[in-house]
Amino acid sequence: MAGLHKSDFANPVINWIDTRLPIFTMMQKEYGVFPTPKNFNYFWNFGALAMINLVIMIATGIFLAMNYTPHVSMAFDSVERIMRDVNYGWLLRYVHANGASMFFIVTYIHIFRGLYYGSYKAPRELLWMIGVVILLVMMATAFMGYVLPWGQMSYWGATVITNLFSAIPVVGEHVVTWLWGGFSVDNPTLNRFFSLHFLLPFVLVGVVFLHIAALHVTGSNNPLGIDVKSPQDTLPFHPYYTMKDSVGICVYLLVFAALVCFAPNLFMAAENYIPANPLVTPSEIVPEWYFLPFYAILRAVPSKLGGVLLMFGAIAVLFVLPWLDTSPVRSAKFRPIYRNLFWVLLIAVVTLGFVGAHRPEGIWVVLGRVATFYYFLHFLVILPVLGKLERPLPLPESISRPVTSGGGGPLPGGAAAKPMEKA
Amino acid sequence: MANSMPATADGQHGSDVTKRDFLKLVTGAGALVGAGALAWPLIDSMNPSADVLALSSTTVDLAPIQLGQAITVVWRGKPVFVRHRTPEEIKGAATVAQNTLADPALDSARVKKGAEQWLVVVGICTHLGCIPIGNKTTEARGDFGGWFCPCHGSQYDTSGRVRHGPAPANLAVPPYAFEGDTKIKIG
Repeated sequence: MAGLHKSDFANPVINWIDTRLPIFTMMQKEYGVFPTPKNFNYFWNFGALAMINLVIMIATGIFLAMNYTPHVSMAFDSVERIMRDVNYGWLLRYVHANGASMFFIVTYIHIFRGLYYGSYKAPRELLWMIGVVILLVMMATAFMGYVLPWGQMSYWGATVITNLFSAIPVVGEHVVTWLWGGFSVDNPTLNRFFSLHFLLPFVLVGVVFLHIAALHVTGSNNPLGIDVKSPQDTLPFHPYYTMKDSVGICVYLLVFAALVCFAPNLFMAAENYIPANPLVTPSEIVPEWYFLPFYAILRAVPSKLGGVLLMFGAIAVLFVLPWLDTSPVRSAKFRPIYRNLFWVLLIAVVTLGFVGAHRPEGIWVVLGRVATFYYFLHFLVILPVLGKLERPLPLPESISRPVTSGGGGPLPGGAAAKPMEKA
Repeated sequence: MANSMPATADGQHGSDVTKRDFLKLVTGAGALVGAGALAWPLIDSMNPSADVLALSSTTVDLAPIQLGQAITVVWRGKPVFVRHRTPEEIKGAATVAQNTLADPALDSARVKKGAEQWLVVVGICTHLGCIPIGNKTTEARGDFGGWFCPCHGSQYDTSGRVRHGPAPANLAVPPYAFEGDTKIKIG
């Protein structure tokens, strides 16, 4: 019987399957005994939370699609029917709509975790870049999903965002007509957005699989940002991190449920409960909160093409981040200057979020420009230069050492036993 | 056999390029052209379909439009403003110095000769696609008497030319022709 897998499972049915298709062995290797750094803090929960969120979005989305009609004259009413007549339709829709916000909250924390602890640095560059692809696909999916209820904000959001492509020189107008399938946002646009909104989450599943596959080759980063040196530095994924992730999932579901049950319209624009009218523009078009920083960057320069380029550049810069940051030290814990500048960047991004929510007048224009300038300054100038100038704090010898010696910082050299002996 | 082993082939022909390299390139190029040919129908299916194109013209009766008033008609799913301009508005639009315009254009080039009182423009702000207000005489028309875009504050004059704000270009003039004195066909 050449080629069969030698399975260790005692259960005869599992053993029979595993011999022919070793999925149980694989799961055991990747999620059972998988060696994981033992010093994770709760910020390491957010990858798992994002995964759960994706599953929730796909599950609720499939059932919503069973009751949704992608046609300009029926879409709005079909969504209202889901809210009023379909059994638990209100729950499905509120979970799905607020799930998008939860997804971005979780993902943005996950990204800033990566920025703080240097998770994008060698050897995890590709893992990080796949993550940026996930962010882009998420944004496209969220945008198209927001168009589907065909309210005023859906329609005009779609108009403004698709019009961004008209800034491309020469072919811009043709690209926009092609995106619309007509000469304005209309039924063909709604149809294709529905089709793509259904497709992209499954593309997302594929890209997430690659993200995790890459993660399981390099292994996880950790709050100290130093490599795993021995088995003493790790714990098996199960039960240690399955349990830690479960705690996080409970808290996350608590917040999610509170949002859905007590403030389901917190993130929704009242304007979107007015059916789309192609002849009347709402007095103010504001994107969903998770796009506000990018919207602010778009409006920061008084040039249409320049704004569009900067907005896409804000994401593009993340792709090359592993090569922009020249410091070999991963964790901000050991980078005294970067540790502060990280918070400045976070403040700049949050500021951009507020700027994006306001009309570009007065102080908001100035704030938007300053924050946009700082955003690019951080990535394009500060990170490359800082890596050369900054004097990092001494790194601990291993993950075990600061943990088992009861403190965060390293002990003076030679004062403690070698970590291997402490196991 | 020799072909599958480049080293041997090199020895035989005295060159780095083998027949196999050529075949690989031709096959690869052929597959690429084929993939492109197959992809095109998929891509082109997203362009405007025949029924959408069939709706590409609209006929407008001008008779009911009072002097100074403007109406909105729908052409290709977009609003088109048809404005009956007063003599003062025509004069104002025609006498603007070209060097003060962001997107210089003569008023005479934006209307039909002999029918200067009729201005026909696509009612979509050239910034990010909002619909400017100002068709009703009671609405804000901006400092230049034309249209005002409430989204980001662009202002247009009585010839539909951008005079202020983030919009980069004038309101577009759609292709149209008179069918008699009081009727136009847009598209």
